[in-house]
Parts: sequence; C-alpha cells; structure tokens
Amino acid sequence: MKAAAFDYLRATSVAEACALLREHGDEARLIAGGQSLTPMMAMRLTRAAQLIDINEISALKFIALDDGVARTGACTRQCVIERDAALAARVPMLRQALMWVGHIQTRNRGTVGGSLMHADPAAELPLVAQVLGATLMLRSVDGVRAVPAAEFFIAPLTTAARADECLEEIHWPLWNTHRTGSAFVETSRRHGDFAIVASAAQIALDDEGRCTRAAFGIGGGNSTPVAFAHIAKNLLGALLDEQTIAAAAHASANEMEFSSDLHAGADYRLHLAATLTARALRDARDQALSKS
Amino acid sequence: MSEKLYNIAVEVNGVVRQAQVPARLSLVDWLREELRLTGTHVGCEHGICGACSIMLNGDPVRACLMFAVQADGHKITTVEGLANADGTLSVLQDSFCQTHGLQCGYCTPGMLIAAQGLLNTVSQPSEAQIREAIGGNLCRCTGYQQIVDAVQLAAERLAESK
Repeated sequence: MKAAAFDYLRATSVAEACALLREHGDEARLIAGGQSLTPMMAMRLTRAAQLIDINEISALKFIALDDGVARTGACTRQCVIERDAALAARVPMLRQALMWVGHIQTRNRGTVGGSLMHADPAAELPLVAQVLGATLMLRSVDGVRAVPAAEFFIAPLTTAARADECLEEIHWPLWNTHRTGSAFVETSRRHGDFAIVASAAQIALDDEGRCTRAAFGIGGGNSTPVAFAHIAKNLLGALLDEQTIAAAAHASANEMEFSSDLHAGADYRLHLAATLTARALRDARDQALSKS
Repeated sequence: MSEKLYNIAVEVNGVVRQAQVPARLSLVDWLREELRLTGTHVGCEHGICGACSIMLNGDPVRACLMFAVQADGHKITTVEGLANADGTLSVLQDSFCQTHGLQCGYCTPGMLIAAQGLLNTVSQPSEAQIREAIGGNLCRCTGYQQIVDAVQLAAERLAESK
C-alpha cells in the first residue's frame, strides 16, 4: 500500500502547471486534493513519473457569482463550496450533493475540480455538473477551451481533458426564476460511500405551478452520469402531479444500463433509480412551490 | 537507484520540523516513523477508516491521503498536540476516559481529532452533529455510543469552564 516512486513538482501558478504538463507528457499527473488519486497510487492502480501539485495555486481557489453563472476555481475545497451561503442560495444542488460526498476529513481536502476530473460514474459532483449543464474550462499552454459537461464525461475515470490540460474553473449556470427548487438524493451502503444510485433534479415553476424548466439525471448506473433533457422537455407546461413525476422517473430509469455487482443487483438498481428520481423531482417541485 | 529527496519544513504541534523525504512517503508514515509521533495510527491506508486523521492548518484531514512533501510550509496538529502543555489530558481526552469512549484504542486518535475539529467550530454540538463529525472514523469496539457521550460530556465541561 505504498505509492511507486515519482518526482514531485509544486506548481505555483496555472501557467507553470500547464508548462510542466506539456514538458513531461503522459507520464505526469496533476494532484489536487488527492482523495481519489492518492489511494489509487497507494494501491498501484495508477502511477505517475511526475506528480504536479496544484494545491498551492491560490488563483484556482475562488467562488464568484456573475450574471447567469457561478464560477468556482477547480482547486476550491469541497468544504468551502459546502459552507458558502451565497453559492448555496444560487446553486443549491452543490451543497445538497456535497452532503453525500465522503466525510468531513475528505471534504476538507478534496476539491470540486478533482472530483470532476476523476470522473467516477457514481460520484455526486459529476452528476450535478451533468444535470445543471456545467461548463469546464480546461487550460493548456495553447490557451483555454470550454467543454460542456455533456461532452466532458466519456467513460469511468475518463474525460475529454487532454493529458496536457489543467481544469481551471467550472461554470455553473444560474436559474433566474424565483420559483426554482432542487434536490439530490441517493442510496449508498453507508453514508459517505459512493452511490449505488443517485438522482438529482432542478425544477422551475410559474405562478400557477406549471413547470417552466426542468433538468434531472441519474448517477451510479451507466459509465457516466446521465441527464435526461429529452424527458425533462416533456415536463414543460405540466403540473407536476404524482402521475407525471412517476412517468418521467420510470422513463429515465429504464434508459439506464444497470448491471449487477457485489453491492447491488441490476433489478434493485432499476427500482432505486425510479424511486429516487421520483423523490428528487418531488422534492425539487415542493421546494419551488414553497416559494410564492 | 536511490530516490530523490525533498527538503520540507512543517510545523508539527507548534514546532517546526525539518526533514528530507522521498516524494512518495505518506504524511502519516513521516509522522510515525521519522518523527516517532506514533499516536496517529495507520489503519486502511486508503482513506476509509479515519485512524490517521490529523489537523492540517486546523482542519481534520486524512494523513494517509497526503504525501509528506505536500505538507511543506503547513501546520499540523497530531493527537499528541491535543494534550495540555503540561502533558495532562485535555478535557476531550479525559471525557473519553470518563465515558469509556474507547476499548482497543485503535480508532481513538482519529476520533479525538475529528471530535476536536467539531468542538473548535461548534461549541454545543447536537448528537446529529457529533455523529456526522465522527462519521468518517470507524470503531469496531464501542458501537460509537460512548464516543458520542464523550464528545457531549466534553462540550458540557468546556461550556461550564468558560
């Protein structure tokens, strides 16, 4: 349980991190909070010739609320995101999801960007990024490019980020409708574990309680978290009664490709997906309804 | 082939400790094997059990999920740093004794760090907050109830002494 030998390089700026990535190529890895990478290195599931530490780059640690978008620096600690009241007021799903992420000790060190770059299909923050349609800003020595979450997550632990790119910031779209509600629910063996299945939903309602905007998704089944824009579209204009919610939840759960493993069977996962998605939609709706 | 060594200076329990470490040396191994601060325990070595919890700049983190070289320039508190300056037990540590908050003692340093981290930010925590705070620490002896009791007792005693 000891990592293989590597060279340690502490980057003091994003530009330096990018230059080091370009210089050392595929053998180099960035380390942020290291809450996933360090155990993978200890178990020799991965190794790096050079480990480039971006923890000391203060420019990667910030939360900013702009017009229509909340921006978070990639190396912002999960505990900081979780405690930021202004961010929680505008993107409540982040705090709702972080309640399920690991434990206090891991959230004190783990970063929002690290979780996205690690891209575990059962992790919570990738599901939030997928459901809300976050944009990931990836920087290399050639410049910065914006990759939407829908194109970012490719397979388990595999993203669209190139080996020479450093995730710099994440843009979370803001919903400006006052009557907006969101929810994140999951089932795991123990609180803090990766989800067996997780569901997240965000709903906006008009004065009559009709849906004007909806986004929801499921994590823990497919090789990446999945958002169901085509099903959410059918909710527009509808009063979100039990029947409508159950239909959307079942339709989305049935599109997942669940398989069986030590933790749960495929049929149980399917059952969970429909139940949890209905619960997330219902909670999001109720939260929106509570705002007059 | 000998591994490259890195100079580090880390403030551990109020004292700056300088060392030369290979990059892959974990923080907990450095604390235990080089500094001989064996109060911090090594359990699973992959971030699950919480036995290796320490405070990094005041916040509880897992010492098995950091390399020692990453701690360069930072402040660390281990379980040894929780005791009073004269070596007597802190209120929290003594409360663990009073409530039988430990049996084999393996998880205890991590529990103490997690609980102290909570008490540093919440002076009168609810039972739910205590359980949340120690949620990342496994104990196979106590069933957790006496540990919760210990933290509640410590919070009461600290409030009375103010």
